[in-house]
Amino acid sequence: MFQALANPQRFMDFSRWAAPLVGIIAAILIAIGLWLTFTVPEDYQQGDTVRMMFIHVPAAYMAMFCYACLGGASFMGLVFRHSLADAAGRACAPLGAGFTFLALVTGSLWGRPMWGTWWVWDARMTSVLVLFLLYIGYMALQAAIDDEVKAARAASILALVGLINLPIIKFSVDWWNTLHQPASVFRAGGPTMPPAYLWPLALMAIGYMALFGSLWMVRVRSEVWRKRANSLALQAAG
Amino acid sequence: MLDLDPGKYGAFLWPAFAISALVIGWMVVDSLLSARRWRKEAQRLETLRSNALQSETGDRSLP
Repeated sequence: MFQALANPQRFMDFSRWAAPLVGIIAAILIAIGLWLTFTVPEDYQQGDTVRMMFIHVPAAYMAMFCYACLGGASFMGLVFRHSLADAAGRACAPLGAGFTFLALVTGSLWGRPMWGTWWVWDARMTSVLVLFLLYIGYMALQAAIDDEVKAARAASILALVGLINLPIIKFSVDWWNTLHQPASVFRAGGPTMPPAYLWPLALMAIGYMALFGSLWMVRVRSEVWRKRANSLALQAAG
Repeated sequence: MLDLDPGKYGAFLWPAFAISALVIGWMVVDSLLSARRWRKEAQRLETLRSNALQSETGDRSLP
């Protein structure tokens, strides 16, 4: 499937109907998830702030997932020179930066009433901040170099180096002492969370994932058109 | 039953949801506007090129 969609024309044909369809699925899932967010009971310890979990945790998942996609696209671009790989990476970066920003801000707003502080320089929070800076660095590098091929190559190398940060984020709560709670969903032995909280969390997480999928396809389409327009403008000028 | 009264935590909860809505809204609008802009630009240049090709072949076919 990836091989088939690496062809720009096939990707454009596929994404023409897939992007709006996945976007509608995302809107439905997020709407149901939000409704459940405000119907679940208060947590006995955290009170109403537990509702923050349904927007914070999916944003944090997506921050890491987008970066994994960015790393994958960068690898494909550098090694296999797929024509769409660079466009796929460029499309991932602003979305990933948006989700990472949300994870940081909502985490801070959740931390203040629960931990008594907006921010601490512990391993989890610092590594997520580094992830945000990696996204910004990737976009800045793409924008700073005029030659698009050289820019894509430099940004891809940065993205691949930054992949080392993903396991650090995931396991930081196990490797170091931190205010942040350990994993409670994706862990050996299954989730520790009650089903009343797990369902809205799952719906919001899948909804955010579908939203990313839809917007990613829209942004890759935009990149294909941008390259087409640039190539036509060059032909007209030459 | 909807519970929209977070009590003393409202000052933290509502800004978190508002910022999430703003950022997600920005991601949607920016993606759609960017795609629309480049699609129109590519179509405009495509039309210009085909018009130029047509006028070129038309000139050649003149007696």
